[in-house]
Amino acid sequence: MPSDFVEETTEDGAVTLRFSGDLSIASMGDLPERLRECVGAVQRLDISGTGYVDTVGAWLIHRTARDSGAEIIGADDDAQRLIAAVAGADQATDIRPDAPNPVVRVLNEVGEATVTAFTTLAGLTGFFGAIIVGFGRLMLHPSRIRWNAVIARFDVVGVRALGIIGLMSFLIGLVIAQQGAVQLRQFGAEVFTVNLVGRLTMRELGVLMTAIMVAGRSGSAFAAQIGTMKLTEEIDAMRTIGVSPVEALVLPRFIAAVIMLPLLGFYASVVAIIGGGLLSWVELDIPPATFFSRIREVVPLTDVYVGLVKAPVFGAIIAITGCYQGMQVKGNAEDVGKRTTAAVVQAIFLVIVLDAFFAVFFTWIGWD
Amino acid sequence: MLDSQTIVYDPDYEGPVISVQGLRNSFGDQVVHDNLDLEVRRGEILGVVGGSGTGKSVLMRSIIGLQTPKEGEISVFGQQILGESDAATIEMRKRWGVLFQGGALFSTLTVAENVMVPIREFYPEMDRDFRREVAKYKVCLSGLPPDAAPKYPSELSGGMRKRAGIARALALDPELLFLDEPTAGLDPIGAAAFDNLTKELQQTMGLTVFLITHDLDTLYAICDRVAVLADQRVIAVGTIDELLALDHPWIQEYFNGPRGRMASAGKKVTE
Repeated sequence: MPSDFVEETTEDGAVTLRFSGDLSIASMGDLPERLRECVGAVQRLDISGTGYVDTVGAWLIHRTARDSGAEIIGADDDAQRLIAAVAGADQATDIRPDAPNPVVRVLNEVGEATVTAFTTLAGLTGFFGAIIVGFGRLMLHPSRIRWNAVIARFDVVGVRALGIIGLMSFLIGLVIAQQGAVQLRQFGAEVFTVNLVGRLTMRELGVLMTAIMVAGRSGSAFAAQIGTMKLTEEIDAMRTIGVSPVEALVLPRFIAAVIMLPLLGFYASVVAIIGGGLLSWVELDIPPATFFSRIREVVPLTDVYVGLVKAPVFGAIIAITGCYQGMQVKGNAEDVGKRTTAAVVQAIFLVIVLDAFFAVFFTWIGWD
Repeated sequence: MLDSQTIVYDPDYEGPVISVQGLRNSFGDQVVHDNLDLEVRRGEILGVVGGSGTGKSVLMRSIIGLQTPKEGEISVFGQQILGESDAATIEMRKRWGVLFQGGALFSTLTVAENVMVPIREFYPEMDRDFRREVAKYKVCLSGLPPDAAPKYPSELSGGMRKRAGIARALALDPELLFLDEPTAGLDPIGAAAFDNLTKELQQTMGLTVFLITHDLDTLYAICDRVAVLADQRVIAVGTIDELLALDHPWIQEYFNGPRGRMASAGKKVTE
């Protein structure tokens, strides 16, 4: 039965609200709004005519009585008990935490981000130091190298990435050749497409795109794996047993990334050149034999060195950010997600920044 | 309107609140329940006990419709619920609340907002300010301090999270409350306080409580009857004294083991 009430003035002049029907969450309807309008001049709330009362109904009565100073009459035992219970629970509180002043909040966030950036940088450097120390110890006792773990990482980081990196590089080579051909044709210089494809992929894109792909594939996996082990206290268990987590978890990943990235980067460059060659053959009628002999003429060996020098550094960055963020996980599963994202974003960012430094550096030493 | 399909419930229904008959649940080859019968009476706190893996949580999930049994009949408030669509059981679902084992609070919402979710879902027409008031008093009614309402679940202790979970379970003033191991992971003081809260709420709001537990103290302190799950069915239901009179090895070991005797002694001391 829906709740309702009527307003009556009794003989002694007191305004009484006489309720009827059930007073429950299901039967309430628009009663709260209607009651709010006639609060003020009410002296009595008569609930003797009501049916089923639940705590929501009791709260409505209690609140109306509280706001208007009215007296509740006609409550049976159940209703009295409920009203007493909700009255006890009537305490000032909020739904959401207080929102801070927007200016203060923005300043706060900027400050926090700055501090995080510096602490992360310091943390990464420190972590790199820990890896070097761990690596040094391992060199003193080569029997402690966990070859099984290292080989397993080779497989995951390197071999299993061949398919996707090959496809990506092939398409990139194709696109560079196609775009290059369209632009260079305007000068009648289509033949320089070969230079474009060969030099760009060997020097820059092969390794850079590989690094980005590996950061997404393996850097995220490092962070998530180590982060989850941190949550389940496996890392703590390792420490108590006397196994160094750096040695058991970080170094195999670090070694794998440092060794695999040059191999993958070189492979990516070669596949991209094949893609470019295919397009040159179809689009520009340059036969493959001519294309590859041109490649050998126009791509200096230093371009290959440039790629191969950068790749291990990028691999190290990916492994360090991934493992570092994984080790920083604490609290809950949500943090694993956050740290994994941070690992990938930082790895890609640092790779691109360092790539710019490398470009300047190699030009400066005359490898252009 | 959904009225033609909606199950219309009878508010004066006085029979068993939950009635399970011939329930069979299996996962692959593993049979969890076979021919399980259980009745929960109005207004009682029924404790459900059983060894690990006897399907206590599966039984609860079957009743609240999260798990579809292979065979059997389940009725809640005298209405069949198996095979009905979500739209058809919506009126029933308004009448029960569930506290999951880990609290299962929505982590992106504050405690008070968590309480508001079911109200907004089931009674979208309710006045916004009134809804907020209801959420606030429900939080306090569940024994949380007022400053817990605007906090996020991650900022609460385990015991407070359980209380927030109960606040959300009680958001719609249900008649039936399901609790899945409410005192697991709480310290003894927190567990005792939670038992008191359950009893208090049950008495104030006239709740029927279906309570899964491993906690012998909870059984002794607040349960009116206890159902024992073993051998894929409910082997016995009754007060603890009635169960003790039975000659089943698991029941004897459970209640007469060192922990059982201690809980029993604790109960006698408090009396």
